[in-house]
Amino acid sequence: MSRLETPADLEKLREEIIAGRNAKEKWVAVCAGTGCRAYGAETLADAFEEEIEKRGLSDRIGVRRTGCHGFCERGPLVVIQPSDACFLGAQPKNVPAIIDKAVTGEGATDKLLYLDEDSGKRLGNLDEIPFYKYQKRVLLANNVRIDAANILDYIAVGGYSALAKALSGMTPEAVLEEVKKANLRGRGGGGFPAGIKWETTRKAQGEPKYVIVNADEGDPGAYMDRSLLEGNPHSVLEGLILGAYAIGASEGFIYVRQEYPLARTHAAKALEQAREYGLLGKNLLGSGFSFDVKIHRGAGAFVSGESSALMSAIEGRVGEPRPKYIRTSEKGLWGKPSCLNNVETWAYVPQIIDKGADWFRSMGTEKSKGTKIFSLVGKVKNTGLVEVPMGIPLRDIIFKIGGGIPNGKKFKAVQTGGPSGGVIPESLLDLPVAFDELSQVGSMMGSGGMIVMDENTCMVDTARYYINFLAHESCGKCVPCREGLRQMLAILERITKGWGEEQDLDTLDELAEFMEAASLCALGQSAPFPVASTLKYFRDEYLEHIREKRCSAGVCTALIAYQIDQERCKACGACLRACPVGAVNKSEDKVFTIVQAKCIKCGACYTACPDKCRAVIKVPAYTIQNQPAAAATLPAGKQ
Amino acid sequence: MSNVKMEIDGRTVEAAEGTTVLQAAKSIGIKIPTMCDDDRLEPYGGCRMCMVEIETSAGRKRLVASCVYPVEEGLRVQTTTEKIRRIRRMIIELLWPSWQPYAKEYGVTSSRFTTGLTDCSLCGLCLRYCSEVKKSNKIYFKGRGIERRPELIEGAELSCRACGECFSLCGSGWIASRC
Repeated sequence: MSRLETPADLEKLREEIIAGRNAKEKWVAVCAGTGCRAYGAETLADAFEEEIEKRGLSDRIGVRRTGCHGFCERGPLVVIQPSDACFLGAQPKNVPAIIDKAVTGEGATDKLLYLDEDSGKRLGNLDEIPFYKYQKRVLLANNVRIDAANILDYIAVGGYSALAKALSGMTPEAVLEEVKKANLRGRGGGGFPAGIKWETTRKAQGEPKYVIVNADEGDPGAYMDRSLLEGNPHSVLEGLILGAYAIGASEGFIYVRQEYPLARTHAAKALEQAREYGLLGKNLLGSGFSFDVKIHRGAGAFVSGESSALMSAIEGRVGEPRPKYIRTSEKGLWGKPSCLNNVETWAYVPQIIDKGADWFRSMGTEKSKGTKIFSLVGKVKNTGLVEVPMGIPLRDIIFKIGGGIPNGKKFKAVQTGGPSGGVIPESLLDLPVAFDELSQVGSMMGSGGMIVMDENTCMVDTARYYINFLAHESCGKCVPCREGLRQMLAILERITKGWGEEQDLDTLDELAEFMEAASLCALGQSAPFPVASTLKYFRDEYLEHIREKRCSAGVCTALIAYQIDQERCKACGACLRACPVGAVNKSEDKVFTIVQAKCIKCGACYTACPDKCRAVIKVPAYTIQNQPAAAATLPAGKQ
Repeated sequence: MSNVKMEIDGRTVEAAEGTTVLQAAKSIGIKIPTMCDDDRLEPYGGCRMCMVEIETSAGRKRLVASCVYPVEEGLRVQTTTEKIRRIRRMIIELLWPSWQPYAKEYGVTSSRFTTGLTDCSLCGLCLRYCSEVKKSNKIYFKGRGIERRPELIEGAELSCRACGECFSLCGSGWIASRC
């Protein structure tokens, strides 16, 4: 392979690769994202390679280990291209059948196809499966088509054509204008227009200038950035190079969190390959523009995702936010102008330059353009990564794409925007998902986490969970965030144990308002949102815990007790065997009861009791006599 | 550096560009309560006692920490509004009983809250003094969030006792008791 000296070289290379790829009739795309790898996707890919070799089909069928396809609930995922036939939960033993199907159109693969519950039909194609059908995949589309560790795959699907276009025919100002015109808003949480940020950095005094990718995704349950950096690292890199060109930066950083080893490996490989082809380093594509990128590995702190903390960490100091009355785009890394954007934001840039701002503006709402990736998790049938146009109602994401709530349970709330986002109740499900709309109801877009909760979720416990997370992930520098979270956590723990008082709710409201107004950085300013939003929409539930000492979701252990419903009990003894402390008593005539004084409320009996009986039940603790003193001091949490 | 003209509590003040609102207020004798501020140290912005309400020349209103907010032309600052008083009262109450210099002025006599991890109010004066003035770095913050607490590096007790310059900076006496 040789260095590409001009944009024409790149086009020539692209034609060669495409011709090489077209020589094969079919490609088996095995999802090798972190989720499917955990399901055994690598063994599966090996099995495909072996089987194809064995049948002598190597010239006709290729195997590609791709990035995350998105439907993580049903991995490992396999897609046959170009027909886009999709197989779910494939195992090595299914490999021969899938190959048969790919070659001859026949094969015993029915069980691997998506079953549509309404019609009872098996759906075999990506575009037919509701999970994919209602999405609009712009950023994620190529995840299925390319091997992240191979730059040639990216080039084959049009990669680096935006860079070639910019370097050969556009001034940096023109690139900047296009991004500004597109009104691309930061996907990391704030929703600040990227073009304006770029312009500030471009105009700021000081050399050198830096561009940085924020891949310190730390929200529980969110993995959009990981999947993008893992599955299509070159798209992020190309965006970063374009940004550097527009801003006039000569050096870039990719800040990847410690917990994303695969994303880091793929990003490092992308840098190496881009350098080899002359797409990174000195004199890119013969344009005279030089730019290089380093990877910085985060040390595992949620707060380091905050821009000034992240920059402190790159400088080698403790990752703590500093006051930002002078913006980091003017004075950031080592006091120099630094432009920080999220993975998703950078990944959008090549497409905007390639297809134009008008194309981007054709998607989304008036103020929030384009699409957004969400990680749809929690109590929803189809968990996974979904990409939808801005402005789509929450209901469509959860019910059409997500398939609704499993096990016939009722929807209760959806939490958006990560730990410092808010919960949104059922009454607001028709809300269009866009930056300003979510903020108005007390939540936020955040980086795109979306956690669905069903009727068995206790909202007080949910607030406690997030506040506990934030209390330990705040840096602790400023008083409002650190002390506010400490007291919020103490109050919420009291309430979940049944020791709360009504005036606690006023104190929570007061603390929430204070923290939002007085905290140093965005973490502290948004930290009270889980409390404020649950108080706003689920105040009754707080009052129920306080006044009646009752948790109707059956989550707060101090407020529930386990009991055996004698009418339903078939005396199978499963609960007795499951109990770790011998709290299930069996009388001589086979009557099973729970000895409350011994019970530690671990819930093992509840889980062990067969579904057809459901004889072990949760009842409010106050209905049980002889409540052991120890139970009241148990840590509140999951049953 | 040139000067900017601005207004603090209705009084006009001229200040050198690059200085802070807190310094400008001090220069005309307006006292803004502070905890983590010290003239010898870099502004920190941690305690939030010095928060003030500002209105920029463009008409934008917001709450900022005056120890780190740079002076600017046409800025209008109010140092004690009801909102600001509420914030300061809450800070004193949250730190209760470790730090009480302004308790009387703000009418705080007790606290609704449970006490923190240590007596230390985590203003960072001792460790910043040790690092910035003494260039010694003997004290550091261990843990983060609600676990954050000051700690001496191992074996520093004797030399710290011999120096002792930061003892008087400490509002709660934690550092002296630790050495």
